[in-house]
Amino acid sequence: MMSANLVLAITAGILVAAGVYLLLERSLTRILLGVLLASNGVNMLFLVAAGKPGTPPIVGLAGENVSDPLPQAMVLTAIVITMAVAAFVLTLAYRSFQLHGHDEVADDVEDARIRELAEADVASASYEDTTFSDSGSDAVTE
Amino acid sequence: MLYALIAAHAILGASTPLLVKRLGARVFYLLSAAPLAAGIWLITQAPMVLSGAAYIESHDWIPTLDVTLTLRMGLVQWILAMIVSWVGFLVLLYSRWYFEGLTTGRSAAILTVFAGTMLGLVTADDLILMFVFWELTTVFSYLLIGHDPTRRANRGAAQTALIVTTTGGLAMLVGIVAVHSVTGTMSLQAIVADPPTGTLAGVGGMLMLVGALSKSALVPFHFWLPGAMAAPTPISAYLHAAAMVKAGVYLVAVLAPAFAEVPMWRPTVLVLGTITMVLGGWRALRQTDLKLLLAYGTVSQLGLMVLLLGVGTRSAAMAGMGLVIAHALFKSTLFMCVGLIDHSAGTRDIRELSGVGYRVPWLAILGGLAALSMAGMPPLVGFLTKEAAFESIVNLIDGDLSFLTPLAAIALDIAITFGSAITVAYSLRWWWGAFASKDGAPALSWHRPQFGMAAVPMFLGLISLVLGFCGPLLTGLIDPYSDTLHVGKESHGFALWHGFSWPLLMSVLALAAGVVLFVFRRRIAAIQATFPSTVTAEELYHRSMHGIDRIAVEVTARAQRGSLSIYLGTILVTLVSLSMYAMLRIRDWPQLRVFDSWTQLLVTIVIATAAVLAASSRGRIRAVLLVGVTGYGLALLFAFGGAPDLALTQVLVETVTLVVFVLVTRKLPRFFTNRPLSSTRWWRVLVAVATGTAVTLIALVASGARVAEPVSAAWYEWAYKFGYGKNIVNVALVDTRAWDTFGEISVLVIAATGVASLIFLRSRVSTMTNTREVFEQRPDEPQADTSPGVWLRAGQTLSPMVRSIVFEVITRILFGIMIVVSIYLLLAGHNWPGGGFAGGLVAGMALMIRYLAAGRHELDEAAPIDAGRLMGGGLLLALVAAIAPLAMGGTILESFDWTLHIPVLGELHLVSSTVFDIGVYLVVVGMLLDVVRSLGSGIDQHTSEEIAPVPIPHSTKALPGYGGR
Repeated sequence: MMSANLVLAITAGILVAAGVYLLLERSLTRILLGVLLASNGVNMLFLVAAGKPGTPPIVGLAGENVSDPLPQAMVLTAIVITMAVAAFVLTLAYRSFQLHGHDEVADDVEDARIRELAEADVASASYEDTTFSDSGSDAVTE
Repeated sequence: MLYALIAAHAILGASTPLLVKRLGARVFYLLSAAPLAAGIWLITQAPMVLSGAAYIESHDWIPTLDVTLTLRMGLVQWILAMIVSWVGFLVLLYSRWYFEGLTTGRSAAILTVFAGTMLGLVTADDLILMFVFWELTTVFSYLLIGHDPTRRANRGAAQTALIVTTTGGLAMLVGIVAVHSVTGTMSLQAIVADPPTGTLAGVGGMLMLVGALSKSALVPFHFWLPGAMAAPTPISAYLHAAAMVKAGVYLVAVLAPAFAEVPMWRPTVLVLGTITMVLGGWRALRQTDLKLLLAYGTVSQLGLMVLLLGVGTRSAAMAGMGLVIAHALFKSTLFMCVGLIDHSAGTRDIRELSGVGYRVPWLAILGGLAALSMAGMPPLVGFLTKEAAFESIVNLIDGDLSFLTPLAAIALDIAITFGSAITVAYSLRWWWGAFASKDGAPALSWHRPQFGMAAVPMFLGLISLVLGFCGPLLTGLIDPYSDTLHVGKESHGFALWHGFSWPLLMSVLALAAGVVLFVFRRRIAAIQATFPSTVTAEELYHRSMHGIDRIAVEVTARAQRGSLSIYLGTILVTLVSLSMYAMLRIRDWPQLRVFDSWTQLLVTIVIATAAVLAASSRGRIRAVLLVGVTGYGLALLFAFGGAPDLALTQVLVETVTLVVFVLVTRKLPRFFTNRPLSSTRWWRVLVAVATGTAVTLIALVASGARVAEPVSAAWYEWAYKFGYGKNIVNVALVDTRAWDTFGEISVLVIAATGVASLIFLRSRVSTMTNTREVFEQRPDEPQADTSPGVWLRAGQTLSPMVRSIVFEVITRILFGIMIVVSIYLLLAGHNWPGGGFAGGLVAGMALMIRYLAAGRHELDEAAPIDAGRLMGGGLLLALVAAIAPLAMGGTILESFDWTLHIPVLGELHLVSSTVFDIGVYLVVVGMLLDVVRSLGSGIDQHTSEEIAPVPIPHSTKALPGYGGR
């Protein structure tokens, strides 16, 4: 039975908790920081789940107990992608400031419109009530 | 051959948009060649089919599901295929004049492909293949009805037709699956030859009947057909009279021998067929639009056809098949007459048309023959089939069907006779409405139709007459089909004279009553108007569509709140609840060790503190730095944890991220907004703590779950054996799991492109300018010093106020070293920590430093290349490296190695996956170049153009850069 590293697990939890707290914000910069914190936490989770640390997984350097290379390969991918995401979201925040003077993520306007429709008990805007009864000219020659 | 013919339709149809530019409406001559070829080929097959054999073409499709590509043409299929091909040919020919001045080939193309699909539908033996053709006709019909999507009527009619017929189609698919599960075959022929029994097979048969009824517009699905008249008239003539609506009739005709004994089949067919016949005719009586009148007439006739073919007695089958032929002839003729009148007079309203008969007398006579055939007047073919139909009804009264009580049979007889009387009345009404002169009608603006346009319907009308004298021939043709049924008496066949008999009496009654109904049409209309209006099937359809839409609105309004934090909160709460539930059930938790070393403990304390402070920080830069601290701390943990590659990459990435943040935050306010969110703070804290706790517990469980031998255990050996590298993580990236990496670098390219497009909006290339070009625009200043002694050339473009010579000197020295290091990391990565990612990050940082030291023109000096090309080149190189092993006889992404003996330097060990890593390297460099060119140079440019946001002092907001709009 493998043993689990408690301190690392708790730190991963704290990182994710701090990340989630920021993630539920409205400011895009803070949301991004939340993503970064949480992904650091998840990467640490990999570290915990990878078992007891050992020697680097390099042929020649490795000793008795080698660290598992698979989670490392996965985390390496995750790190680089997080960087790309950070750059992109940050640019979104910049653009938002450029256009609106703030970077708050507003609620979807379309969804608010649908709520209004629901409250008014009417059908959606794309619904067309087309009848072509047999009275003759109504539909076919409209 | 059949497949070739179907393909010919498809190919001609597909090339129509090209042909129509050159040929205009004459393209129809070419298009009609496809159904003409099919028609001629069908005639050559006649001797074989009439001798009782079948033409079969078969290919495998999905053997595991018994699905094949089998076409089988027996007698019924041949008759339908003849109708489809020859009427298709004539309609396409007629369209040449109807669509005079054609510019877009859309409808012409679809009509042609449709003709091919129809040919496939009526000859398909495999039920799934038939279903595919079936739904294709639905889709083409939808496209043809909605030929002008700007008109509301077309949209509505097309949508209704689509929804009604696909609903039926789906029921049919379920029926097919049910029948298949009983019989184990998809072959129509096999199913009919050995009819399945039992409840499931019965349900399957009934569901297929539902599909047929919806396609053939029987009550309660009838309402889509009149709406479909929104399509151009030749299309209505073909789809909604001769071909597509016959698909349902055809299906009933081939299924009846197998399923007529299913308990509900005959009552359904009899009741719905009768109602449809009477209702359609009744409605046709009050139409003033010639085309709508015909549409309701079609509904009525389809009801009769389904009744006759579905009831499954020998005489009824004979009459039904005859009626299918007769109806195809007269109804397409009538539609083409309407098209011609509409074309020439600009209206098809009965109240506006007057004296058309004088203007086109031959059409009035020969086209009028079709109306008489519809009415069932001798000596036209319609009379023959109606006589046969009456005979089969009389046979029913005589006891052909044991379950039919005498009273029910007599009621049926009366209803059918009444239906025929109405048919006579609306046929007369049609002819009178189209051709007669009426008192008080407005003057007609008429332009002479072209001869060809009138010739086609006149020819078809004449056939109705000729065929009227070919009764015995027709009888002989259909006889083998009616013999496949075993119920009821033999039909007396088609003939103009059978002696004085009940059917003749019914005919006379129907004709007389029909004439009376026509003569007293005003009185009848007045009586019709007094009938109470009831809820029609169409209204029910519209109500249910409205209801579905309303439900969708309500559900969307509740489920889709439009708030990002609510969505995320929902996901997180679900995550926590499910994982907590699972973990509550765990009995054996892994052993815990508190920490591995004191340094580890120290680093984790720093990380945890930084994380909590970052979450509560209001200052932007401060929060960014604190997040950075957690990242660097993580890198340290990686280093202790035996992951040098991760540590290296994490440090580099963290540094790049910090620089990127600083580049952007210089234009953003110092503090975050805090105000609007204090209300939900404690709720967010709760979700955060719960998620964090769940993650901690998951981490413990996950490490306890490491009981099996890891997948990577064998990598230690394989990495060197197959990947020729010592660094197992790097081999994993460029060899073992290289597809992952390929996906990852694609993401990098996409993200970088996203960044660049958000900043530059149009083109990132045009903004590149080197130092010399900058000074060419500043003629009043001393020109640039281009001697090699200048530390950083573009430093001269900066204002002396912001220039740091020390920084420039250091950069000049550092840049070369960093590039060498990056190349070392790239090449050494296969055996030692490093690799394309780490190398690329170092090179990218070197470029960033050049920018930071001497501004955006220095970046263009350092990398006078478009970042997009760099990334594209890298992606291409990685792709080539992935595919190249195929050429060497390996598999994709297989590694090869070569050992070169270089004099003096010694041995050089080359591995093919290094090429892949170089691709990764180029993508990463390109990505960082793109990011720094966008967020560095680009934002500089925004600032100089005054379109960058300007932070408002002591505020959490900024002045927007209005130029950005």
